[in-house]
Amino acid sequence: MSVPLTLLGLLDREPSHGYDLKRDYDTYFVRGKPLPPGQVYSTLGRLARDGKVVAGESESGSGPDRRRYAITPTGRAEVESWLAEPVDSDPNLQTVLFVKVVLALMLGRDAEGYLDRQRASHLQRMRELTTLRRSSDPVDALLADHRLFHLEADLRWIDLTAARLTSLADLVAAS
Amino acid sequence: MSAADLPAVPTAKGPLLRARDLHRSFGSTPALRGAELSVDAGEIVAVMGPSGSGKSTLLHCLAGIFPPDRGEVWFDGGRLDRLSESRRTELRRTSFGFVFQFGQLVPELTVADNIALPLLFNRDDRKDAYRRADEWLTRLELDGLGGRRTGELSGGQAQRVAIARALVIHPRVLFADEPTGSLDSLTGERAMDLLTDLARAEGTTVVLVTHDARVAAYADREVMVRDGLVTSPYPVEGGR
Repeated sequence: MSVPLTLLGLLDREPSHGYDLKRDYDTYFVRGKPLPPGQVYSTLGRLARDGKVVAGESESGSGPDRRRYAITPTGRAEVESWLAEPVDSDPNLQTVLFVKVVLALMLGRDAEGYLDRQRASHLQRMRELTTLRRSSDPVDALLADHRLFHLEADLRWIDLTAARLTSLADLVAAS
Repeated sequence: MSAADLPAVPTAKGPLLRARDLHRSFGSTPALRGAELSVDAGEIVAVMGPSGSGKSTLLHCLAGIFPPDRGEVWFDGGRLDRLSESRRTELRRTSFGFVFQFGQLVPELTVADNIALPLLFNRDDRKDAYRRADEWLTRLELDGLGGRRTGELSGGQAQRVAIARALVIHPRVLFADEPTGSLDSLTGERAMDLLTDLARAEGTTVVLVTHDARVAAYADREVMVRDGLVTSPYPVEGGR
């Protein structure tokens, strides 16, 4: 999962302090392994260096960093492009796609459209693998079958997520 | 009946099969709510979607099994939905083939009888009908089973008989509704290999309703049906 892009996505909602970002990241995207605070601020520093966020003036108060960060048009364009792009199927697909779906719901974007696009991408790959399987020797056919079953499992997850989008949106809105 | 017998329409070229703004309800429950679909000649299109989304209803309307409440169904440039029930029946018998989840074979008849049946309904010569049925037995790898009752067949064999029976009339369009739904993975795979190979060899257009992505992957493209509407996927590089 991309921490910089996820933090950028969270900032696309509204300007936030580093600790707000860490709290939301840990709430939605982490199961049992919170994001270290140092990583939040170092990531924000790199995003600021690259012109994707801007840091406000330091605010008075306790804590190491009381600055509010805001996304720039460059950062926003990167989030949009990342959300819209289908993900290659790999063991991390669900994690990445889950982040995209939750962020899309938070940002009021077309989560169902992203899932549709991912489904189309997967089915295109399955078509290629089906053709390959049918023209291959038994060993290559078995390998193609292995990939096909993994893609099929992804698709089932995508379909189930699509069916649960309404309740997921309610959950995100209520948080 | 040939396509020339359909009500005159101005479309000389275009898709072989087309649905425009199809609406169909069962009682107060809407199954189709403005569905649109175009299928080119020779194309294999998978119609996917959750249970109850309207995909089987779409297939039934496209095949003229029942007319839509509203909207248009075009086949080969003619309005199929304007035909009388008897002319739709004739069109289904001569131009369309059907494969369903459960083969719906006639259990009292032999395998050869079942395959020859559509030809006999079309008043083809009996001897010629059985000769052609024999050819399809071979093409579907069912040699030697022509004299068996269909109840003696395995699920995979029965479904191959259903495919042979659907293709024996050389239909313009083959409608398949969950054709591997009752088969295990390997048997279903073999049935789909044969169905798509033969359809492509015959130039038959296929409308394939399935919720199974591995089956849909045999198609040239897929469309999704959701809440009675057809949605095409976003363009994908390398895809349609």
